[in-house]
Amino acid sequence: VLVGLICFPPQNYPLYIRSVPTENELKFHYTVHTSLDVVDEKISAMGKALVDQRELYLGLLYPTEDYKVYGYVTNSKVKFVMVVDSSNTALRDNEIRSMFRKLHNSYTDIMCNPFYNPGDRIHSRAFDNMVNSMMMQVC
Amino acid sequence: ITEICGAKRVGYFGPAQFYIALKLIAAAQSGFPVRIESIKNELPLPRFMALKNDGEVRYGTPAELHGVKFQTPHATSEKNSYKRTDEGEKQEPKSPPMSPICSPPASPSTYQRIPLSYGYGKSRSGLEQQHGGPYEVRHSTHQQDGSSGNYGAKPALACSTLNRSLSAEREQPDSSAHYSDDPWRITEEQRDYYINQFKSLQPDLNSFISGSVAKNFFTKSKLPIPELSHIWELSDVDCDGALTLPEFCAAFHLVVARKNGYQLPETLPETLLPEYLQAASLKPMRDCTLFDSYSESLPGGQLTRDFSRTEKASAEEVPDNSALLQDGKKEDKQALKVSTALKPIPKEFQHLTVKTAAQESNALKARPRSRSYSSTSIEDTMKKGEEPPTPPPRPQKSHSRASSLDLNKIFQQNTQAARSVWLPPPPPALPPRPSVSQTEQVSEVELHPQMNRTPSQAEENGSAKKEVVLAQPPSKPARRKLRTETQGLETPELSPTINVTSSLPAVKPQLPVQKQSSKQKRAIQTAIRKNKEANAVLARLNSELQQQLKEVHKERIALETQLEQLRPVTVL
Repeated sequence: VLVGLICFPPQNYPLYIRSVPTENELKFHYTVHTSLDVVDEKISAMGKALVDQRELYLGLLYPTEDYKVYGYVTNSKVKFVMVVDSSNTALRDNEIRSMFRKLHNSYTDIMCNPFYNPGDRIHSRAFDNMVNSMMMQVC
Repeated sequence: ITEICGAKRVGYFGPAQFYIALKLIAAAQSGFPVRIESIKNELPLPRFMALKNDGEVRYGTPAELHGVKFQTPHATSEKNSYKRTDEGEKQEPKSPPMSPICSPPASPSTYQRIPLSYGYGKSRSGLEQQHGGPYEVRHSTHQQDGSSGNYGAKPALACSTLNRSLSAEREQPDSSAHYSDDPWRITEEQRDYYINQFKSLQPDLNSFISGSVAKNFFTKSKLPIPELSHIWELSDVDCDGALTLPEFCAAFHLVVARKNGYQLPETLPETLLPEYLQAASLKPMRDCTLFDSYSESLPGGQLTRDFSRTEKASAEEVPDNSALLQDGKKEDKQALKVSTALKPIPKEFQHLTVKTAAQESNALKARPRSRSYSSTSIEDTMKKGEEPPTPPPRPQKSHSRASSLDLNKIFQQNTQAARSVWLPPPPPALPPRPSVSQTEQVSEVELHPQMNRTPSQAEENGSAKKEVVLAQPPSKPARRKLRTETQGLETPELSPTINVTSSLPAVKPQLPVQKQSSKQKRAIQTAIRKNKEANAVLARLNSELQQQLKEVHKERIALETQLEQLRPVTVL
């Protein structure tokens, strides 16, 4: 169901990658990277003051793979991209939002760690645990 | 068992061999044949005779006739007697002597077990030292409770720290059989040490240490950054980027444990939870509890007990040990833990407290305030614990201490300055002087009499201090700390000034003490006056420094932002 999740800082390199290994990982990465363009598009389109907490990418739907790609941007331009299998119709918008909110909270907690330099890969076990639980939950 | 687990083959007890050995011990104790297959069973934790306690001897299950067991009791009794002697001295480095004692009984595993318990030197040593009298009591009490919980992780960790423990540590394991089984339990001495370190970074015990300060401090421990990052993650439970005193103690303890070779747990052990530590610090009883509830991950410093816990294969699992108290809840248990721990511990703790207090009064700490602090009250052991009988084990922090001397001075100043504004819940706004004094008085009752002096003096410094307080947004005004500091300085003047302090209206350096006509009092008052003036100066200095600090923080944040932006894009 939840195929994977990648977290990008403003420079658009991945800080954190988590994907279900059964899938074609390269394709997953490719999908996510291309979706980054859409994210950037939406960010710039949104304008200056307004920073929407959450973006929904129902539009990015490949006819073949049937993936749904959701995006989320934080105030500091950190992007979370989540890929969900379309076959899972049970995943509602609110659930996606709550998942992104949890991701954002965990990311904030990581930021609070003085030993974490912004821009480093995320190795936090707490973050991992949270993502794991989320993926379990969805699956 | 030694042969089966492979220790004889490889010539030492590595982690794998150790785990297997413990598992086999458990099997033997449960009546299973000692074979490799036995370790596949679900076995209860092996029981080891506590070296120190007579009470623990009870636990030495007579049923199992494993050679190790036999030797263990032997070693145990020897250790016990030895330990008893040591208790009086309150010296840490018992471990070396203990080792020889243990060797005679020596099945190799036994011997190794004993050193393992030493492994957790830092935490244990202090604890064990103090055990003394209550030791027996505690043991008996704890034996019941503690045997199950604490050993788990320790054996595993003990292996890794075996060499280290032999060389360095205090003996901890014995006394702490109940407490110290759990390497994640903070002993009395350790707590005192941590508190002192906290004070060196942040005079106010009620305030917290900012992330950057803590980062610098813990970086000195020379642990790799990812591990420090993980330790921070574990200890900063409210994820606010700052460490309160209990969080700091937990973090420090984890650093100590890690340096001693214990693996970091995946989740914060119950005994390191801030609530738990806070409760422990507030009540002596709780402290005992702390020790008991540690169970989680103490890397097997404890001798026999640890071994019984050895069932857990890795230190990582320790946090998951059922341990003495509740299992696994890590985060939210502490209420349970406290209550549970309280029961077995009360007696011990009282003894411990007395001992600790005595020790504290004799402490070697140079800081005058800490000395006075500790001497004043016995109940508030934790707060007072500035002068551990011996500096807590891992001198890896010693350099940090040295480096933080300036901080100490600064914080002392701050402390003095901030005392005036001390309030139980440190509000950002300055409290009015009279209320401050009143508050102080109330707090005095709660805290030491020394505190009283601080308020009076704080008032003198009044505005300056208040500025200082305001100037420390990241850290609450070092109310308690200042108080401590002030108290320390004021110790000689404490008694005469206590009355005066409470009634001190405001501003006047003159303490109301005047009533007494003794020359001594006058001299004390003069000293008080001088100190107050010094306080005012220091408070002003502190406020200025705080302002500078804030500015520097802002600059740093700006620079970091810039750095982020400039960071080159890395390939996936």
